Amino acid sequence: MAIELKMPALSPTMEEGTLAKWLVKEGDTVKSGDILAEIETDKATMEFEAIDEGTIGQILIAEGTDNVKVGTVIATITGEGEDAAAPTPAPAPAAEAPKSDTPKEDAPKKAESGTEQLAVKAKAAVADPAVLEGTAMVRLTVREALRDAMAEEMRADDRVFVMGEEVAEYQGAYKVTQGLLDEFGARRVIDTPITEYGFAGLGAGAAMGGLKPVIEFMTFNFAMQAIDHIINSAAKTNYMSGGQMRCPIVFRGPNGAASRVGAQHSQNFAPWYASVPGLIVIAPYDAADAKGLLKAAIRTEDPVVFLENELLYGRSFDVPDLPDHVLPIGQARIMRPGNDVTVVSYSIGVGLALEAADQLAAEGIDAEVIDLRTLRPLDTATVLASLKKTNHLVVVEEGWPTCSIASELAMVAMEQGFDNLDAPVIRVCNEDVPLPYAANLEKAALIDVPRVVAAVKAVRNRG
Amino acid sequence: MAKAPAGKPAAPKKTASTPAAATNREQPRDPVPYDATPEELEKFYREMLLIRRFEEKAGQLYGLGLIGGFCHLYIGQEAVAVGLQSALDGDKDSVITGYRDHGHMLAYGIDPKVIMAELTGRAAGISRGKGGSMHMFSVEHKFYGGHGIVGAQVSLGTGLAFAHKYRDDGGVAMSYFGDGASNQGQVYESFNMAELWKLPIIFVIENNQYAMGTSVNRSSAEDQLYRRGESFRIPGMQVDGMDVLAVRGAAEAALEWVRAGKGPVLMELKTYRYRGHSMSDPAKYRSREEVQAVRDKSDALEHLKKVMLDAGITEEKFKDIDKEIRAIVAESADFAESAPEPDLPDLYTDVLVEQY
Repeated sequence: MAIELKMPALSPTMEEGTLAKWLVKEGDTVKSGDILAEIETDKATMEFEAIDEGTIGQILIAEGTDNVKVGTVIATITGEGEDAAAPTPAPAPAAEAPKSDTPKEDAPKKAESGTEQLAVKAKAAVADPAVLEGTAMVRLTVREALRDAMAEEMRADDRVFVMGEEVAEYQGAYKVTQGLLDEFGARRVIDTPITEYGFAGLGAGAAMGGLKPVIEFMTFNFAMQAIDHIINSAAKTNYMSGGQMRCPIVFRGPNGAASRVGAQHSQNFAPWYASVPGLIVIAPYDAADAKGLLKAAIRTEDPVVFLENELLYGRSFDVPDLPDHVLPIGQARIMRPGNDVTVVSYSIGVGLALEAADQLAAEGIDAEVIDLRTLRPLDTATVLASLKKTNHLVVVEEGWPTCSIASELAMVAMEQGFDNLDAPVIRVCNEDVPLPYAANLEKAALIDVPRVVAAVKAVRNRG
Repeated sequence: MAKAPAGKPAAPKKTASTPAAATNREQPRDPVPYDATPEELEKFYREMLLIRRFEEKAGQLYGLGLIGGFCHLYIGQEAVAVGLQSALDGDKDSVITGYRDHGHMLAYGIDPKVIMAELTGRAAGISRGKGGSMHMFSVEHKFYGGHGIVGAQVSLGTGLAFAHKYRDDGGVAMSYFGDGASNQGQVYESFNMAELWKLPIIFVIENNQYAMGTSVNRSSAEDQLYRRGESFRIPGMQVDGMDVLAVRGAAEAALEWVRAGKGPVLMELKTYRYRGHSMSDPAKYRSREEVQAVRDKSDALEHLKKVMLDAGITEEKFKDIDKEIRAIVAESADFAESAPEPDLPDLYTDVLVEQY
């Protein structure tokens, strides 16, 4: 019987891809290891190899087809002695199964992940007051927005260079630096050895020496090897030198939970860096903020930790179509105005907060959602002004609860907004455990929309 | 005297060992002792004496409670900073070091008053009193610190070299570190990138024989530290760090190599600190006799003085220099004791450069 070849999942976050090119045709004999097709994922173009021997029966998805869902049957292979030319008969049980147009039904049970509950569909947020009304918009992924931010700043200032593992020839481990090598060359887009402590220090030294480095960590998990330079070298230099020696550097890369990669590759370091005087810490949610704030980060004379989120890289948002879209550092953004409760979040948590707000609106609860965007300096004024209006505060954070941004905001509310609190602040954070691998445990460990909804209802019931 | 580069160990070891295989790899030329003019000899002596007297005074002020915290004195190692930095081009080369940094700053001609005032934590200090002994910088002099984390200056210095190459400004970075730092991992991460990208940097190991209280042979599997760059193809030189002319001569050979775009050089300067690691050192790890023997036989100032006497410089001249240096040091101490402390609002300044 014919073997079905299905669209493979070639990365942990891939849901669909482009069937770029078939390298075989119907009737070709193939053996294990032969390259059958080229498939473009959200990260790279990959070769798809045969596992079985046989003859290519039918090619069901033409080359050049976009958005082919993982699990879709793309071709069939017939084994020895089978009739390759005959159309593959539908397997008998399929007749009993309800016919469906969506390939999902046929797909093998895909490994689930708790991160699916984080990646809620992007909402249309209210316009950013920092962007002029009527500004034309362009639809960009967060990944493209970040790349454009770097490219624009590199065009404007020769001191800016990008350095890190796989940033150049590989085009970025997460494709964020795609195309930069072609445009700017190897002098300014520099692949390093796997040597985080070394290149973080080298970058800090180059910044002290007058350049403006953008240092990419493949993920912030690996920045632990380099945290000494981020804190002891970059953050303290200006103060220790009495304002004489600066360190204008951006450390950037994905931070927070990724999908099914276990405890060492899935964690949110935002509260760690946000506790350090001398650093700027930025964690954007949407593509417009990613672009506008990365440009600001590259321009500032202070050292910046710029925390991206892998699960958001492929999400598309409207981005102001401006030659120079730069946003102010240190200003939160009201993503959804409301009167009954203030829900504060940052990075991927903002999506959950917005979705929860929609669900709550259906129940008559009008939530105001604030995206902090910058975590140091923290825009407490915007949070406190909202609290004054709603008298209820919930903080949503994809990260551990202990010593978190959430606990910091609860303290800010106590110290500066106590009289406006009708109920104790509630935080919605990940469980206080290393992130487990098993899908069910991962789901249980990470925050989700129902938890946000429940927290808002709880805080409302207390006051 | 400066010794030959890698492949020719400084002194034959007692244990039988396979001689290093002859290499056909290009090496920096063998250094020769610097042929100084009488004026240059006097300048070296003056600078070295300033470091010694300055550090002695700092030790006194520490004892009086005017200097706090950690204070690492450079006494004994003067020929290293003076010999090396005299060979640099102050307009384009950059220097970075660890926390034993007073000597390097004085060797660069930075005003002793603002250094001493930093030690006493005064507003007039070079870091406005907010850095202290270990954290002093002078961007104007291309002196980039003054770093308190052992080995950090090696990666940072590699970054300074990267910036020189990126801008193609002809500058060379000199990154000093100790025998202790030479066992830090980031040193080797930096070696790798520096050679891979042929960065213009001279790595200088000031081997004063003790990392705090742990001697080199108690801490280092390869105790010939100039060989530590070999697996990265970085040529090494071992140099007598108690002889300023040998140091200067070796610096010139190293600079020729680096300025020619051939990548980094590793210099090991064999030297000795007379004082403890810091002011609170119990000094139980070595004998008084050992320290005295070095002072008697190898003191850098005494060595230079002999050379100068042979060159016809009179005892009278030495007396004048000594008087002059003592006056400079006394003035810096008076300044450092009498200058006001920082204003309290300065607590909050310079955390960030910009306003947000």
